[in-house]
Amino acid sequence: MNHQLIKARDLHKYYAVKSGYLQPSKSLKALAGVSFDLYEGKTLAVVGESGCGKSTLARILTMIEEPTSGQLSIDGIDVAKTTEKSIKKQLRQTVQMVFQDPFGSLNPRQKIGNIIQEPLTINTNLSTNERHQKVLEMMELVGLRKEYFQRYPHMFSGGQRQRIAIARALILKPKVVVLDEPVSALDVSIQAQVINLLIELQQELGLAYIFISHDLNVVRHISDEVMVMYLGKPVEQGPSEAVFNTPQHPYTQALLSATPQAVVDGKRQRIKLTGELPSPIDPPSGCAFNPRCQYADKDCQIIEPVMELYGDSKVSCLAVAQQRIGQLKAS
Amino acid sequence: MNHSADSSKSTLSQQWQEFWFYFSVNKTAVAGLVFLILVIFMALFADVISPHEPAEQYRQFAKLPPAWKEGGQMQFFLGTDYAGRDMLSRIIHGSRLSLLAGCIVVILSLSIGVLLGLIAGYRGGWLEILIMRVMDTIMAVPGLLLALVLVAILGPGLLNAMMAIAITYTPYFVRLTRASTLSELNRDYVTASKMTGASSTRLMFVSILPNCMAPVIVQGTLSFSTAILDTAALGFLGMGAQAPTPEWGTLIAENRDLILNAPWTVTFPGIAILLAVLSINLVGDGLRDALDPKLKRS
Amino acid sequence: MALLEISNLTVDFATYTGSLRAVDGINLSVDEREILAIVGESGSGKSVAMLALMGLLPWTAKVSADSMLFDGQDLLSMNDKQRRKIIGKDISMIFQEPMTSLNPCFTVGYQITEVLSHHFGGSRRSYNNRAIELLHQVGIPAAETRLNAYPHQLSGGMCQRVMIAMMIACQPKLLIADEPTTALDVTIQAQILELLIELQQSHGMALILITHDMAVVAETAEQVIVLYAGQQVEQRSVKELFKSPQHPYSEALLNALPERAQGKLLNPIPGVVPGQMDRPKGCLFNPRCSYAQELCRQQPPELQDGILCHYPLVAPKPDLDVRTQ
Repeated sequence: MNHQLIKARDLHKYYAVKSGYLQPSKSLKALAGVSFDLYEGKTLAVVGESGCGKSTLARILTMIEEPTSGQLSIDGIDVAKTTEKSIKKQLRQTVQMVFQDPFGSLNPRQKIGNIIQEPLTINTNLSTNERHQKVLEMMELVGLRKEYFQRYPHMFSGGQRQRIAIARALILKPKVVVLDEPVSALDVSIQAQVINLLIELQQELGLAYIFISHDLNVVRHISDEVMVMYLGKPVEQGPSEAVFNTPQHPYTQALLSATPQAVVDGKRQRIKLTGELPSPIDPPSGCAFNPRCQYADKDCQIIEPVMELYGDSKVSCLAVAQQRIGQLKAS
Repeated sequence: MNHSADSSKSTLSQQWQEFWFYFSVNKTAVAGLVFLILVIFMALFADVISPHEPAEQYRQFAKLPPAWKEGGQMQFFLGTDYAGRDMLSRIIHGSRLSLLAGCIVVILSLSIGVLLGLIAGYRGGWLEILIMRVMDTIMAVPGLLLALVLVAILGPGLLNAMMAIAITYTPYFVRLTRASTLSELNRDYVTASKMTGASSTRLMFVSILPNCMAPVIVQGTLSFSTAILDTAALGFLGMGAQAPTPEWGTLIAENRDLILNAPWTVTFPGIAILLAVLSINLVGDGLRDALDPKLKRS
Repeated sequence: MALLEISNLTVDFATYTGSLRAVDGINLSVDEREILAIVGESGSGKSVAMLALMGLLPWTAKVSADSMLFDGQDLLSMNDKQRRKIIGKDISMIFQEPMTSLNPCFTVGYQITEVLSHHFGGSRRSYNNRAIELLHQVGIPAAETRLNAYPHQLSGGMCQRVMIAMMIACQPKLLIADEPTTALDVTIQAQILELLIELQQSHGMALILITHDMAVVAETAEQVIVLYAGQQVEQRSVKELFKSPQHPYSEALLNALPERAQGKLLNPIPGVVPGQMDRPKGCLFNPRCSYAQELCRQQPPELQDGILCHYPLVAPKPDLDVRTQ
């Protein structure tokens, strides 16, 4: 068994939202019970539409925010229980992140070299020369030319900016990298370059990835495990093949069938999802997905389903539990 | 490493080139810049250029009209004042004080304002409320009036006048900086720095501040011209630079009584103020066009 | 006769470093009731070409074309006033960002009725009824109450529906959709694409779909134009393109998709799209092309049978003997 890097148990994150001056503040449930394990060299994909809590999860894993409740251990250390600053600092270095928008995530007034070496400047006592050396090594690793050191971000295309962002994330030698939609802002041909780079880096450095994305075609290709989220809750979680080949939760099935495929042989039967994501401030009672679900019945409006193992993956759905849905063949 | 030095130079020159392209589209701004450079040159080499000592009184030539008027003399090109001092020399030397006043006011109000705005935007909470309400209070009082009151408390004098004016300008910088800090604060690159454990000071000064500077610089140039105006106004009211000092506002004030029988003694300092302020405003306008990405044309 | 016929459309932009050719000789024709996809990476000029057609480019742009015919009328020789009569009424366009395409200061109902009052006569009440009808058509539930909603009260998908409602208000003959679903979630994307096709069929519109997503092309369009660096490199039917692309760039684009990867690594196209400063000599794609030869590096290719390539790929396999010398 590989080394366990992240252990998350029942993570919750609530935000207080003011609805007006006289009303009491409501709580927005951005995350409502997320559990997973992440092992060295593995990729966990987090899939879902905007507003499903993907980004909140990323902020919690990178310790920018603290969970409201639940347990998070990074590299065997419980984050909530450590008070010592040096250990916290070390944990911070263990998890790094690459953002979605390569145009917003690089400081436009800093040179590439300085952007990449900033984590070193803050966290280590290396001399200028040593830092410089490390940055150059890292730039070579991610496929950037040495002479870019002195240039500014605005001179680069999206793909190269994303390489810079990856170099910055890797310079502290983290064990886990959170990738928040790292390729969705890039062109198809560049997307492939960056994904290949990520795969190669993972193999070379034994990194673990949390890959947050809404592009199921990419996720299917890169992930070992998949967690499908809806309104802050995982609805299906399991090995990539199981989730993609035999999706069980109605939402997973709908997501898969909504994803366009680059094949032209006839029109596929598509599961239509009506309506839109409900507000996380007051989610529907019972199963959060019930207003949009074609299998929903009265029970679904009352009983909140729990995650249970069916076949290879864990699913939280009453219809699956009561065997009201037949297996749907994925394309 | 040679190569990278090269490319950094080319970046700089490219940025400069781009800036100049957008700046030079605005022809009046270029004209303003040329005149401003002329004024700065005048101020720097006042001792060399001016034909006479500014304070020297040629009693026998008092109230002499400009050279092209009847009775004017070539050696006093713009005429003389009531005490026979050469107007041209006084105006040339006055440019020093006016530019200095502009510089000091802008530096003072800009640095204090940017610092407070950055803190207010970054920290938020009660500190932000405190800073912003104090600034609102300052803005609620008419600028010149407040400056007058402050000078009355501190005592008249050029330095005190500059400090008083600087205080009345600070709120504009605070507001501007706070607004851009708030918008920059949520950008991913700030989060990225935060994630690597950057301290608050580093986030404020290294990450955020450089990205807030463009509008502040534009506001700075525009304040520069109003600072010259306000210093002149305080001088005119007798609360700024004191009598023998050849400050432009003071020049007008001390010759105020001669406005009917020797109009040139007030006209030329007035024109000097007008042109200097106009040129700086034009440059500020051009700077805004060139630096503000929202106004950039594709 | 085709509804829209453009030949040799070229757009140049004046920038501080000189002139930039954003669109370089695009030919296209759209028949009535046809769906044409224009596909390309960012910077390929796909949006600029359509904005040029609409006359929406800034003053720095210089547009020229051999001909630009819409429904038999020559758009080039028209003055602005005549052109405005066609644009917005017979040709409509929807954009990528639904949130910013709607004016945040006005209610949805006001914005729809404004379009109606601009192009049709009638009373306020008739506008309102028509607006409700339009919102129904684009699948917005409780349309009567939504009329009084402001754009910020609606989600991205809803805003895009409102945009579509506004654009079909005048029953246009041609609808141009510029990346209409890029900013939306997958399930919403599927809804919007379905809606567009449904409306296209029920209203008998022609639809030009600008996108970078090959999968969207495969699922919606009939004809496709592939753009690269402002040039039209291939024009075919979608079926043929996906079965056997003839331009190396089209092939490479398809091969870069994760679905088509063999093994763990994908097949990316090396390098980047050339910018204004680093345009290669010869064929613009040659530095990134795995089939490029000496001729490709020296001489720009000419358009032949809708393909801009010296050595178009022959189905099913390229002739390797000729290519790998």
